Amino acid sequence: MPENTSTEKEKPRIGVFICHCGSNIGGFVDVKAVTEYASTLPDVAYATDNLYTCAEDGLNNIKETIKEHNLDRIIVASCTPRTHAPLFQRTCEAAGVNKYMFTFVNLREHCSWVHMKEKEKATQKAKDLVRMGVARARFLEPQEETRVDVTPTALVVGGGVSGMTAALSLANMGFPVHLVEKDKELGGFVRSLHALMMTTKSANETIRPLIDKVNAHKNITQHLSSHVASVEGFIGNYDVSIGGDGAEPKEVKVGTIIVATGAVPLVPDGLFGYKEHPGIITSSEFEELCNKKELPRLKSVAFIQCAGARGQKVSYCSRICCNVAIKSAIHIAENRDNILGVTEEKAAEAGEAVEEPAAEKKAEEEGSERRRRRRGRGRQAEDGAGEEGAAPSSGVEVTVFNRDVMAYGVENELEFNKAREKRVKFVRYGPDNLPKVSVKDGKLEVGYFHETLKMERTMPVDMVILSTPLVAQPDAATLSQLLKVPLGQDGFFQEAHVKLRPVDFATDGVYVCGACRGPADIAESVSQAAGAASRASIPLANGFVQAEALTSVVDETKCTGCGTCVEVCPYSALRKNDEGISEVIAAACKGCGCCGATCPEGAITMTHYTDQQLLAEAKAALEEV
Amino acid sequence: MSSATPNAQSQEKAEGDDFVPKIIVFCCNWCSYAGADLAGVSRLQMPPHFRVIRVMCSARVDPEFVLRAIQKGADGVLVAGCHPADCHYIGGNYRTRRRIALLRMLLQQFGYDPDRLRLEWISAGEGEKFQKTMVDFTKTIEEIGASPMRGGD
Ligand SMILES: Cc1cc2nc3c(=O)[nH]c(=O)nc-3n(C[C@H](O)[C@H](O)[C@H](O)COP(=O)(O)OP(=O)(O)OC[C@H]3O[C@@H](n4cnc5c(N)ncnc54)[C@H](O)[C@@H]3O)c2cc1C
Ligand code: SF4
Ligand code: SF4
Repeated sequence: MPENTSTEKEKPRIGVFICHCGSNIGGFVDVKAVTEYASTLPDVAYATDNLYTCAEDGLNNIKETIKEHNLDRIIVASCTPRTHAPLFQRTCEAAGVNKYMFTFVNLREHCSWVHMKEKEKATQKAKDLVRMGVARARFLEPQEETRVDVTPTALVVGGGVSGMTAALSLANMGFPVHLVEKDKELGGFVRSLHALMMTTKSANETIRPLIDKVNAHKNITQHLSSHVASVEGFIGNYDVSIGGDGAEPKEVKVGTIIVATGAVPLVPDGLFGYKEHPGIITSSEFEELCNKKELPRLKSVAFIQCAGARGQKVSYCSRICCNVAIKSAIHIAENRDNILGVTEEKAAEAGEAVEEPAAEKKAEEEGSERRRRRRGRGRQAEDGAGEEGAAPSSGVEVTVFNRDVMAYGVENELEFNKAREKRVKFVRYGPDNLPKVSVKDGKLEVGYFHETLKMERTMPVDMVILSTPLVAQPDAATLSQLLKVPLGQDGFFQEAHVKLRPVDFATDGVYVCGACRGPADIAESVSQAAGAASRASIPLANGFVQAEALTSVVDETKCTGCGTCVEVCPYSALRKNDEGISEVIAAACKGCGCCGATCPEGAITMTHYTDQQLLAEAKAALEEV
Repeated sequence: MSSATPNAQSQEKAEGDDFVPKIIVFCCNWCSYAGADLAGVSRLQMPPHFRVIRVMCSARVDPEFVLRAIQKGADGVLVAGCHPADCHYIGGNYRTRRRIALLRMLLQQFGYDPDRLRLEWISAGEGEKFQKTMVDFTKTIEEIGASPMRGGD
């Protein structure tokens, strides 16, 4: 060969490794025949079959063959790239072949396992798939992954229990944290609660220590009465502008961002007579009244569950409201913390001491707890504790109208049982038979259909507590647009994967936790926050991120600067440069290809998924053989 | 989707029963490719006439790919992406939907049965939907018959 052809592209030398996967592929596809066929394809320098390509000797075989046959691109035809590509790519790199020179052909999930009864056709398809892989491999090019430095600082949006927990975890790892809270105080919704379920500590006693820790932490910079005004950049390098009440916006640089903006209770306008009588309130208003010690004298209280939820104003079940109602029902039944303001004489009348000595009370609680556990989780009949005349020890009748009680999990179920022991009545209603709240001569009553007696009944009450669902923050959409992260159908922030990536967003570098992701109680919010903090700390601790070389590339000579791509890019990864020509921010680009498929000039190429590669694959699939 | 009544295109139908459809399936990496994998893991059996090409997002499927595939003799092209609400790429698939609707019109204008092109949302958890789609689409294509472009290159 003459010397001067060295500048010419060398002819590809493709190695094809076809896997039997034991009998998973070998049992349904004639692997030997496919291997033989592969060796006849253009630019294939070597083809072989292995019993298990992913096993130690299979991988060694790839490495040795690369050296021996001077291969420059590798195809493994086996299972699925979604699980095995990284393994084979590492093997290639270990033998000096760039990982982007590797092609996966799926012979198992997409062939042998779905065509188990027609070996001949499955074998033909396997040959086609290998031919497609070879066609693609011929056009592969090595790629360099960009390494981007990460600013080791985090931003947490929302200063409720979730945001504070996340901020503290990161701060304790040693990372500076900017905590942005739109309210003038930290604490979030919990601050307005009175008592909490499953603990005798008040909401304030529970949240205060957390607030104190955040206040004291030197790594946490608080931005109160503030909001995120703008966000530019991408994982590792966000320029965030924080706006405050009339103050000059503050510019901070952060590497990762956690969204913890919580949720708000639905205001049940137009439902169950809300606002038509001062005795018709929501469960959050009930908590406030308890805090202010302003509960009126009560004889009979009705809770109405799912007020506005599950098909009324919102379609979902808000999960926590049953447990919240159970909590409040128990507190009324026990007159916990003297919330009812029952006077001494009134209590004496009812034959009860108001102030039980704390120690005794605790002992009693523990006793009944043990009894409950012994009794196990078996539910008594609904409505069972409600024999006529029997009232809770506080003397107040408590009825919880519900569609079904969502006391999920062991602890909530125990609380549910406890409520029934305290003689709280649980009365079921059907979605087509909502309880009716009416005012007669200034007095409240609840009309309902008794499902067992099959008749309409009315119950006079002094107070109706509407258990309304948590709904998304009204301004969630603004933050979602600023951060380029999605909201789900119900307006809550949507995680990357409901099961496998519950606290990540699909966009790298942004994470989510707490009630802004969907109704959650405190314990759930705290575990999500710890999870989100740990996820957000990974890039911070590494100090860099490696961006996959799956990005768009703009050909400056073809781009006319029309701006279409800038508009369609869901990640703001394109911008116009000084010459009005489009340019890609590689670290922000996710390689989706929206821009490439939209550019009217064909000026955009997608690395590793080029038009040429994809068309070659399609053409090979359609060859008549 | 498929029309039961024979139309102009189906006159092109290949003779006899030896019509082996060639179907190209563009699957987005995050949902539909994973859905196809799940169909495999669940051993759901389906006709062996489709060939999957993996792309990152269904919005990557340039109209040119579809037209070129048809021109090269594909009897059917299926584009499978994530359900609109859970697109990995924030709504990339809304764009896909509009584009496919336009392309179907274009195919019709050029005398092809628009049902040769189909768009389906298949999530990572919908192995069964992948199987059903393949069974159904293959049937549709068998009814429409071989593409007039088959054999010519
Ligand atoms: C009536 C009621 C009773 C409850 N009782 C209990 C109970 O007994 N036990 C229990 O475990 N749970 C209970 N909960 C649930 C509990 O309130 C939540 O689990 C908890 O509030 C979730 O915390 P969070 O930090 O995720 O959200 P939040 O507490 O809502 O905090 C979010 C914070 O983010 C701020 N914020 C919002 N948007 C922005 C923005 N754009 N920029 C900056 N800051 C922003 C808000 O001002 C707020 O401070 C109850 C809920 C209700 C409605
Ligand atoms: S769409 Fe194409 S031509 Fe228009 S600005 Fe982007 S790269 Fe340039
Ligand atoms: S490939 Fe997607 S993320 Fe990258 S620049 Fe194009 S549209 Fe934006």
